[in-house]
Amino acid sequence: MTDAITIAAVRKQFEGSAHPALGGVSFAIRRNEFFTLLGPSGCGKTTLLRMIAGFEEPDEGDILLDGRSVLGLNPNRRPVNTVFQSYALFPHMTVAENIAFGPEMLGLKRAEIRERVARMVALLRLDGMADRKPRELSGGQQQRVALGRALAAAPKVLLLDEPLSALDLKLRKEMQIELKRLQQETGITFVFVTHDQEEALTMSDRIAVMARGEVMQIGAPVDIYEYPANRFVAEFIGDTNLVAATCIARDGAAGRFALAGGAEIVAGDAAAVAPGTEVTLAFRPERVTLGGSLTAVMRHAVYLGTDALLHAGLPDGSVLRARLRAGGVSPPAEGTAVGFGVAPDAVRVFTP
Amino acid sequence: MKSLFRFPGTATVAALGLAFLYLPILALLILSFNENDLITIWTGFSARWYRAVFTNADMLQAARNSLIVAACATLFGTAAATAATLGVARARAAWKAAVEGLLGLPILVPEIVTAVALLLLFVFVGFELGLLTVVIAHTVFCIPFAYYPIRARLAGLDPALSEAAADLYADPARRFLRIELPLLSPGIAAGAMLAFISSLGDFVITYFVAGPGATTLPVYIFGMIRIGITPEVNALSAVMLLASILLITIAFLLGRHSDKQSDKGNG
Amino acid sequence: MRRRGLAPAAPAALFLLAFMVGPLLLMLYVSTLERGAFGGVVWDAHSLAAYEKLVFERDLVGRLALNPDYLAIFARSFQLAAITTTVTLAIGIPTALYMTMLPPRRAAQLLFLITVPFWTNLLVRNFAWILLLRNGGPIDGMLNRLGLVSGPIDILYTPFATGIGLVYSFLPYMILPIFVAMERIDRRLIEAAFDLGANRLRVLTRVVMPLAMPGIVAGGVLVFVPCLGAYVSPELLGGAKSMMIGNLIQAQFGASRNWPFGAALAMVLLVILLMGLGLLALAGRRRKSA
Repeated sequence: MTDAITIAAVRKQFEGSAHPALGGVSFAIRRNEFFTLLGPSGCGKTTLLRMIAGFEEPDEGDILLDGRSVLGLNPNRRPVNTVFQSYALFPHMTVAENIAFGPEMLGLKRAEIRERVARMVALLRLDGMADRKPRELSGGQQQRVALGRALAAAPKVLLLDEPLSALDLKLRKEMQIELKRLQQETGITFVFVTHDQEEALTMSDRIAVMARGEVMQIGAPVDIYEYPANRFVAEFIGDTNLVAATCIARDGAAGRFALAGGAEIVAGDAAAVAPGTEVTLAFRPERVTLGGSLTAVMRHAVYLGTDALLHAGLPDGSVLRARLRAGGVSPPAEGTAVGFGVAPDAVRVFTP
Repeated sequence: MKSLFRFPGTATVAALGLAFLYLPILALLILSFNENDLITIWTGFSARWYRAVFTNADMLQAARNSLIVAACATLFGTAAATAATLGVARARAAWKAAVEGLLGLPILVPEIVTAVALLLLFVFVGFELGLLTVVIAHTVFCIPFAYYPIRARLAGLDPALSEAAADLYADPARRFLRIELPLLSPGIAAGAMLAFISSLGDFVITYFVAGPGATTLPVYIFGMIRIGITPEVNALSAVMLLASILLITIAFLLGRHSDKQSDKGNG
Repeated sequence: MRRRGLAPAAPAALFLLAFMVGPLLLMLYVSTLERGAFGGVVWDAHSLAAYEKLVFERDLVGRLALNPDYLAIFARSFQLAAITTTVTLAIGIPTALYMTMLPPRRAAQLLFLITVPFWTNLLVRNFAWILLLRNGGPIDGMLNRLGLVSGPIDILYTPFATGIGLVYSFLPYMILPIFVAMERIDRRLIEAAFDLGANRLRVLTRVVMPLAMPGIVAGGVLVFVPCLGAYVSPELLGGAKSMMIGNLIQAQFGASRNWPFGAALAMVLLVILLMGLGLLALAGRRRKSA
């Protein structure tokens, strides 16, 4: 089975910009998956989305839809539809007219258009709003109309450009679940653009983490979180301790690393590192435990509700963060030396 | 406590300024109803001069010319300006600046200079001065008058609206007819109204490029004033004044209506 | 989406190239031609006589001598334009300030009242002043009855009357841009200035005026430029002694029938204005970058 979308060595540099917006990006999006392009603003994720939609053309490379190149095809000839960040609902049309627009432009029969509008109104719970103008709807309702309008044209791929960013937190959480439900019910490939890592981890089947016009890593949420491919991904997704260390010994795949000031950390997967190499070790604060050989001086504790986040100074001057269940024991007093431990399978090794 | 946002004296100046603006208009309106043949002596209220105006064949011909010219120049100017707005919005920065400079030129250049230049052109290429030359000349300044309100309207629209239409399979023609034209229409209406009023009111340029048979109302009035100030001139001027006040009031009310609509749209 | 590009702008752009830029270039060309014996021009005889005529005259034996007549008309035009700009500023700034401080609904109404005369016919508005200013007119009558003057006021057909007409014609051009600029000022800035101990005058001179400066400059340009080329007000309200550049230019295409000279005058007016606007734009850019 061919992939839904293939991005092949796509390059794009905007006029007057010193750096390419996309510097030769290649990957594939599978059929029926919820695929997320995640990255900070300016990483090229929206440019890529706009190229799939046809609003921008790549300088080099190719974009394939169902195995066929769509280069040079105008947006109105591509079987993909977009949910815009600003929703871009036509203000002079009612909800029903907005939803009917795509099917109408496709030249469908009237009965078919009516049927599709009714289906979208039901699917997106817009009952009783069909004859309202967009300005008479709340932000969440406008969002659902934008989704319905894009889905009514029965696209092969639905593109979503930060569609939840204008909603408040509670509504955003609701819409995350709603979007996932829609994707599973319709079976349409979703390509979702966001800078919100939590959103990406919650909804996606796979995520492409992007930075500076390059893809940093592609994988399932758990892979991205637990096995970040490089320092950027480790830092961008979730909270991470990063410490400089030198490899002092190897034992099979595992390696022993010495921190400046004497402490040692064992990493389970260090097969690529020869002794003597200077590396950066990364591990999540929630994988740090109390009791161990990694000694650090307690600085302060931040109460987070379910957890407590401890900040402690390592001998090399850097800060170690440990996230522990709150409510058990009270955190160590400030200024005391505390022994911490990290499980070897929680430690990632990055050669700079 | 006195409001912070009140500056003493400004109200007085504003009131005097407003009085200054309306004093001549009121004087003209009142004097136009003077019954006497001599404009300075008030002998009673009468509408006889208005009757004289509306039965004056020359004046009616001039009014007809004015309306023909204004209608044509508004139509051509607004159509060209609407298309130009869409073109300029999508052009590269350097082209955009060049074309916008060109579009603004008729407003920047003093009327008398435009008048001289156009007269020379028409004589040079051998156009006979007449209604056609007046329409061409008026279209020149109608383009910028129509352009700016339409551009302002476009600037307030989300560019994603056009993209959304394209994304939903609308080809460029249907994108324009179904989305861009309806959304721009308040700006187009305002621009057309401004162009129409400017064309109706123009004197200097018309004076230069109108042939003998193409006298417009302002040129006709100028001729009358030159010959002598009669009560009939008063009445005719008052009619022109009231007509433009009526037009601008309609434009204002229309504009307020569509503003309210789009305000809601942003909310 | 492939850019639609400039194509839709072509009709407007080509039309203005043909009927705005083209005529200006032709005017430049005509200004370097010789005048025809019976008016019009000789299309292939070049001479700078038109420009020379502006400053010099030839005496009977053909020697050049300074002729101050036309220069005086230029000087008067600049003077009247400068005075008009000053007076409209003096009325415009307080009026705009007053409007800015009104509740939005009231401000919109007042704005409408100020715009109405702006859209009525220029000729008619100036004509109305003839009725007001003439000897035996309402103002003359009132001043005489009050005993402030005895005898006719003799204001009409003087540069003073032209000045009144110019101020009247262009006052809205001054108020509108200043109002727009002032309205954009964040009210909290004014509150902050009061909060920091400034009095009303200081708030005005240190906060409001500097922030409204782009509008004030725009208003100045919008009044000065058309004033300099004014034709209607001096023609109707001024006498022979208050002729302005516009009237001088028109005369070359009317009674005097000296087209090259008329074209040269228009060219000089245009170049002076473009240079002035260029300098202003340059100063504006410098202020912005500073």
